[in-house]
Amino acid sequence: MIDRVINSRGFDNFDFRFIGLIFVILGVGVLSIYSVTHDQGVAFPFYAKQIVWILLGTIAFLVMWLSDYHRIARLAYPAYAIILVLLAVVLFEGKSSRGAQRWIPMGPFAFQPSEFAKLVLIVTLAHYYSKAPRVGWLQRVVLPGLLVLPGLLLILKQPDLGSGLSFLAVYAAMLLMVGMRSKALGVILLFSLMLFPFAWEMMWGSLHDYQRQRIMAFVDPAYDPGGKGYHALQSRIAIGAGELTGKGLYGGTQSQLKFLPEGHTDFVFSVFAEEWGFLGVLALLILFVTLIWLSLEIVARAKDQLGALLAVGIICMLCFCVVVNIGMTAGMFPIVGIPLPLMSYGGSATIMTMASLGLLLNVKRRRLSFF
Amino acid sequence: MATAGLHDSELGELQRRLIILRVGLLLVVALLALRLWHLQIREGPYYRDLSENNRTRSVIMEPARGLIYDRNGVLLANNVPSFTLYVSLEDVKNRELLIEQLTNLLGLDEALVRKKLTARGSKQLPRKVKDRLSLREATLIESHRLDLPGVMVQVESQRNYPGGVTASHLLGYVGEVSPEQLEKPEFADLHQGSIVGQYGVEKFFDRLVRGQAGQKSIEVDALGHEKRTVVVEQAHAGDNLYLTIDVRLQKVAESLLGEESGAIVALDPRTGDVLAMASRPGFDPNVLSRELTPKQWAEIVQNEGRPLNNRASQGQYPPGSVFKVMMAAAALESNTVTPSTTIHCNGGYQFGRRLYHDWKAGGHGSVDLRRALIQSCDVYFYTVGQRMGIETMASFAHMFGLGEETGIELPSERIGIVPSSAWKQKAKNEPWLPGETISASIGQGYVNVTPLQMASLIGTVANDGVTFRPRLVRAVMDRATGALEERPAVPKRTLKLRPEILPLIKEALAGVVTEGTATRAKSALVTIGGKTGTAQTTALSKEKRAEKDIPKKFRDHAWFVAFAPVDAPTIAVAVLGEHMGHGGSASAPLAKVLIETYVKLNLPAPAVVPDGAVAREADAGGQDTR
Repeated sequence: MIDRVINSRGFDNFDFRFIGLIFVILGVGVLSIYSVTHDQGVAFPFYAKQIVWILLGTIAFLVMWLSDYHRIARLAYPAYAIILVLLAVVLFEGKSSRGAQRWIPMGPFAFQPSEFAKLVLIVTLAHYYSKAPRVGWLQRVVLPGLLVLPGLLLILKQPDLGSGLSFLAVYAAMLLMVGMRSKALGVILLFSLMLFPFAWEMMWGSLHDYQRQRIMAFVDPAYDPGGKGYHALQSRIAIGAGELTGKGLYGGTQSQLKFLPEGHTDFVFSVFAEEWGFLGVLALLILFVTLIWLSLEIVARAKDQLGALLAVGIICMLCFCVVVNIGMTAGMFPIVGIPLPLMSYGGSATIMTMASLGLLLNVKRRRLSFF
Repeated sequence: MATAGLHDSELGELQRRLIILRVGLLLVVALLALRLWHLQIREGPYYRDLSENNRTRSVIMEPARGLIYDRNGVLLANNVPSFTLYVSLEDVKNRELLIEQLTNLLGLDEALVRKKLTARGSKQLPRKVKDRLSLREATLIESHRLDLPGVMVQVESQRNYPGGVTASHLLGYVGEVSPEQLEKPEFADLHQGSIVGQYGVEKFFDRLVRGQAGQKSIEVDALGHEKRTVVVEQAHAGDNLYLTIDVRLQKVAESLLGEESGAIVALDPRTGDVLAMASRPGFDPNVLSRELTPKQWAEIVQNEGRPLNNRASQGQYPPGSVFKVMMAAAALESNTVTPSTTIHCNGGYQFGRRLYHDWKAGGHGSVDLRRALIQSCDVYFYTVGQRMGIETMASFAHMFGLGEETGIELPSERIGIVPSSAWKQKAKNEPWLPGETISASIGQGYVNVTPLQMASLIGTVANDGVTFRPRLVRAVMDRATGALEERPAVPKRTLKLRPEILPLIKEALAGVVTEGTATRAKSALVTIGGKTGTAQTTALSKEKRAEKDIPKKFRDHAWFVAFAPVDAPTIAVAVLGEHMGHGGSASAPLAKVLIETYVKLNLPAPAVVPDGAVAREADAGGQDTR
């Protein structure tokens, strides 16, 4: 027993594979960002900045990995309160980009609270469910729902549809994993169905023009290649043009000649797909699946409910982002502005994702410690 | 942690539910992989094509038109660099906005711009919106370039005629190929905005002069900025033409007509070379080669002087007494008269109830053929015509090339009219009247000829019966190889006349100048033979009115045809002055000046075509100038 405890404090093979996978995916991301932005002609181009974010993310990763996740969970409510305040600040003081206010300027950089809100929400919900046995649909569904609601509304107000959907996804996934009686599930479904028209009206009404156009363009991107469906179509062209083996590094005309917008952020997957083709894409999908598979192992061996819930929340968030991002670039979903975890350029997202993965590994690290 | 143990059962439950996540994850990833397989493998080639289309733009490189020189190598038409405005429709996001911007920036006609941008045709090829931009306009466009996606200013060569109105009808002008033209097979390899010859030599020899457009595939980024050239298919410049005209003689001919309407044609009877071909009023081909607004175009077309009409080859006039040259040959060959046959002229010819007047009241007395020509006696030819009959007259007229094309290499040559009973039946559905034979015998009535036909006729006489097809282009220089291809003179036909007939007529025509109706053409420099003609334009009563009292538009056309020197002619001239009155007083002096000019120029024949170096130097901005 003692040696296993000691062993768990060390750096084992599992950790090595897990961290290795993370950095391989990060590396692929940097390469793709480099490919699109290498000729930017500025002193500090995106790929260089992304490396800085990865370094900062590594620190966040180490902090989250090496602390005690129980202690982290205890900070959940205050942290959630702070995030709510920051989300409110964004609405008034934030920096806007393309019709949305998402960033709080911090010197030369900008900080995106909605990214961090996702992680904080996961910790908060995990903390909530594990603190005491939550029984009955009021405790299981409504109360956490009320916890989610202010954050969700503030994020939608920005508006940041992508983060809002991630928020909902985290909530739904945690609910599902905590388990619900069939009766409670039925009530939720019924309410959802009844509320759907109103919710749709509210959602649709609260969307900005560009968001509506993007969703409309999803239906038929070829309808207006120069206009609303432009992103979706150019992204599909980029991916499709990669064919089996891709056009090679820097060979992607769609991204190199800037037909594909946002090639370094939301559409980094399209850049990768154009340059490396279907084979590259398959390899990347396998990397992501393996990472998530290892994460699921951590849940399966979690020693307590808090750990398991934290891990599940983080996995669900990652899965959601990966699937929705690739799905939207491939034209399966509307374009909602969700970055590809570990690959898209972005300080807040990179740091948050790495912190989350650190916390995930933390759950594994603590699984055999008894004290 | 104390609480941890309390939920062990729930933890186990949660961990059992992980299977949902595992299965769900694999399903969703499989779905993504399937979608990507569909995009990249099944539809991959399609999207690859789309990405190629995205990045490449076809740019047409207009060829430089071939240069046109006169017989001595004087440049008549060249190309100058000029800015042309193109719009690449693929890069235009908002067409209405662009139309508004262009209209505002350049002051263009909105409807015109709209027409250019919405015309049918390939979307891949850029549309030409305006040529000959001023430097200011080009700068304006370039400075607004970021606001005008898809708009390009290219440097291209534009047709330029250094001589302005000089030889305008002969050279013609160029213009954009019209939608109707584009449907014809000979324009099949052209595209909207291509420049083709629309008139004159430019049109007739368009195939040679046009050259071949090149195409450039350029790679552009999303903003339409050129990144690099992918494929180049060079444009091939058109061939150079060396005309037969002498621009010095041409200028003299044009200045002789001055403000009058009319035509002067000078041929070398020995080869058919067109030495000068003037038609007045003229136009500036530089203006017409530009894009005209409908209003400008209407002004030119509706101009009463009909400046676009090449009177030399398209103007049809009654030949008047010039016709007597042909009549004299016909009368002798058909044995209607002999050289010594005399006919008494008392100033009129009675036929039925009508009296046909001679131009000279009181008549010429007894005249033989020679005197009849010298004095242009109408009664003599009335009589001859009446004896000969209209059919014989018509067949000889055809022998002299009347009623048919001379074959000059210009578009839309007119053939005039040689009347006969068959012709009248066909054209008017009426029988021939005997009195009409009498009018026809002095070149009035239905007879119609072009000045070019008259020049060719007198040239044939001067050249002892051998007609050459009028030749406009002496040589063509292939721009690719530099090879010069001479175009030989083409004999058209030889008159079947008894050998003594033409010398006799030539001698009489020399007499016309020395002692007859054309003494004003008498030159101290050179012997000239010729024949005057005064073509009635309306059936004015024959009562004599002072020339100046008749309104200009009712006055007679003044003809004079001439050749010189009489014993070995090197030039044949036809002068027609519309409404200028009598041929002897109005036209003969012009022919004299022209012939004297020609003699003074002492043309070395044939002139040497300048070498290629000169040609290339003059071709400012030839090749591809994009």
